Amino acid sequence: MTPAAPVYVGTDVGASRTKVAVLDASKRLVGWEVRPSGIDFTVTARQCLEQALAMAGASEEQIAGAVSTGYGRKNVDYARDTRTEIGCHAAGCYHYFPTAITIIDIGGQDNKVIKLDAAGRRTSFKMNRKCAAGTGAFLEEMAARLAIPLEGMNALAARSTDMVKLGSFCTVFSATEVLENIRHGKKIEDIVKGVFFSVIRRVVEMDAMTAEVVMTGGVVAHNPIIVQMMEDLIGRPIRVPEKPQLTGAIGAALYAMSAASETVTLNPMEEPNG
Amino acid sequence: MAEEKKVVRKKIAAAADLNNFMRDYYLELDAAAQKGSPKIAWCTSVGPAEILRAFGFLVYFPETHSAMLGATRMATEFIPEANAIGYSPDICSYLTADIGAFLKGVTPLEKAFNIKSVPKPDVLVFNTNQCRDVQDWFNWYGEKFDAPVLGVHTYRGVGEVTDKHIVSIAKQLEALIPPLEKIAGRPFDIEELRRTVALSRECSELWKKILDTAAARPAPLTFFDGTTLMGPAVVGRGTQKAVDVYKILLAELEERIRKGEGAVENEKFRIYWDGMPVWGRLSAHSQLFSSLNTNVLASTYCNSWIFSALDPKDPFTSMARAYTELFIVRADEAKEAYIRNMLNFFSVDGIIYHDAKTCPNNSNCRYGMPQRLEKQTGIPSLTINGDLNDLRMISDEQTKTNVEAFIEQLQERRG
Repeated sequence: MTPAAPVYVGTDVGASRTKVAVLDASKRLVGWEVRPSGIDFTVTARQCLEQALAMAGASEEQIAGAVSTGYGRKNVDYARDTRTEIGCHAAGCYHYFPTAITIIDIGGQDNKVIKLDAAGRRTSFKMNRKCAAGTGAFLEEMAARLAIPLEGMNALAARSTDMVKLGSFCTVFSATEVLENIRHGKKIEDIVKGVFFSVIRRVVEMDAMTAEVVMTGGVVAHNPIIVQMMEDLIGRPIRVPEKPQLTGAIGAALYAMSAASETVTLNPMEEPNG
Repeated sequence: MAEEKKVVRKKIAAAADLNNFMRDYYLELDAAAQKGSPKIAWCTSVGPAEILRAFGFLVYFPETHSAMLGATRMATEFIPEANAIGYSPDICSYLTADIGAFLKGVTPLEKAFNIKSVPKPDVLVFNTNQCRDVQDWFNWYGEKFDAPVLGVHTYRGVGEVTDKHIVSIAKQLEALIPPLEKIAGRPFDIEELRRTVALSRECSELWKKILDTAAARPAPLTFFDGTTLMGPAVVGRGTQKAVDVYKILLAELEERIRKGEGAVENEKFRIYWDGMPVWGRLSAHSQLFSSLNTNVLASTYCNSWIFSALDPKDPFTSMARAYTELFIVRADEAKEAYIRNMLNFFSVDGIIYHDAKTCPNNSNCRYGMPQRLEKQTGIPSLTINGDLNDLRMISDEQTKTNVEAFIEQLQERRG
């Protein structure tokens, strides 16, 4: 990267993780960082920014636009504007898949189903209701109940041969169901797969899965089995961007670029593998 | 840092007159309760208040009292008291907050008007047109105060309003007369009823004109204003005072229109609200929408106290018609036709449905209506989850994100 080349920064301060994406003027992802959001969103965002800029080989002076999103979007001291995570996930996904799409974002604290038309305009969106069912928080709770590391759930579920079905909507009731299955001697991998299935059931209840389906979010990034399971459930292939956890941050960076120059619009990525 | 936008919302000068109206209304009730005269009737918000006034009762409305509990953010503290005596957290949080506050001996009237307690009823009269919960609510107080409870049982899911509906409700209204004569200690006077029905109609017409001013661009008032300005339409209908105060308010709003003054600075988007307000978040929601240059300017809720059918020449039948044509008791087809008219009249860009956890009768988004209406009108919608009184059911951050994302969506549509 040349010293004077502009970069565009998107920061997604989620309930669980903070993500920063740095794009160059060709909309290529040149730097990124993901960290637990912690309790000081401003500091975490700054730390992520420093790392992401270092990876991009860029300095703060090169930032030509910065937009923040996510629950902590108002706490990012270097952001010049904010957008909702719904708008940013939409922009990020459309960047990779410029067609009519239904986006499923499974985050730490909430889920979203966002629909875009072929021109990338949002036609509707839904967020999960008040409870944790179907979110990353549900997986964290279940991992704790099963005394297994969160990051080990995907590999465990992949070994399942006889998935346990959890019927309950409520996280607390589901935990009781899990305990009941343990009592009945069910295998841990079958229970874990059942936990994942519970997540995707909650998501497909939110809206109809029309058009091409794209999945994003931290839960998808760390648990690719959830994509296979969703494909089986809806009976068609699902598309996943290269870095699904960064989609919101990338969308925010695209908005930053759009705001910085009227000539730059939220068009599809010009160099898909850049 | 992207700062939260501070907005200044234009205050309505007549709000002071309305506050005085409400203060005088409650002070009069309190004085009567202390003296034991005139007699006091409790009535549901769309109950037969005109009949009660014709008998000389002062009329008290528990729903308005519970809305005050909500608006002062006291409700959530008292709801568990009612839950503990068997009233589920899933039923009407007007009921649970009101009964809970009564059990604790607390009322928001104390801070507002130095009134220590709600006025003791001589009779309680409900109409189930709001819900079945009002009946349970009134029965509980009836037992508490050892006071008679009378009621009108409405039809629900009404498509076309037919003579069968009207005759049945009118008969139920007429059947209230003999027991009320006994409780009031005076004979029924049809001329008094005609007078109160005429005043009620006049109040209703003024309230409609007030709400209709929001059709102007920019709109001179918001839904959030409306929820507090509607006090006289609910508690004062059938009285001259309500008519007088609404004339002042209407004149101010018409003046605003003449001057091109909007309630929201630089109004860009116009929203229709379906469902109950979140009483404990009126100010926060008003601020949120204003900061997005968006006016939530019309609602099913505020328009539910318009009773155009009232006719002093035929009081019982016309009351029956007015209370049966009411949005809340209608079938979805009739409700959708009503909302379509409203969207058109107020030139609305989007609809927000409030899915109130404890109020199914005012949550119209649960049986596919948003999807049907969007298909018919092309106007997009957002559903927010919340409650009228129980703040335990609310995620402010999620509401905010949803609303901001919805306005972004409307902006994208405009291009």
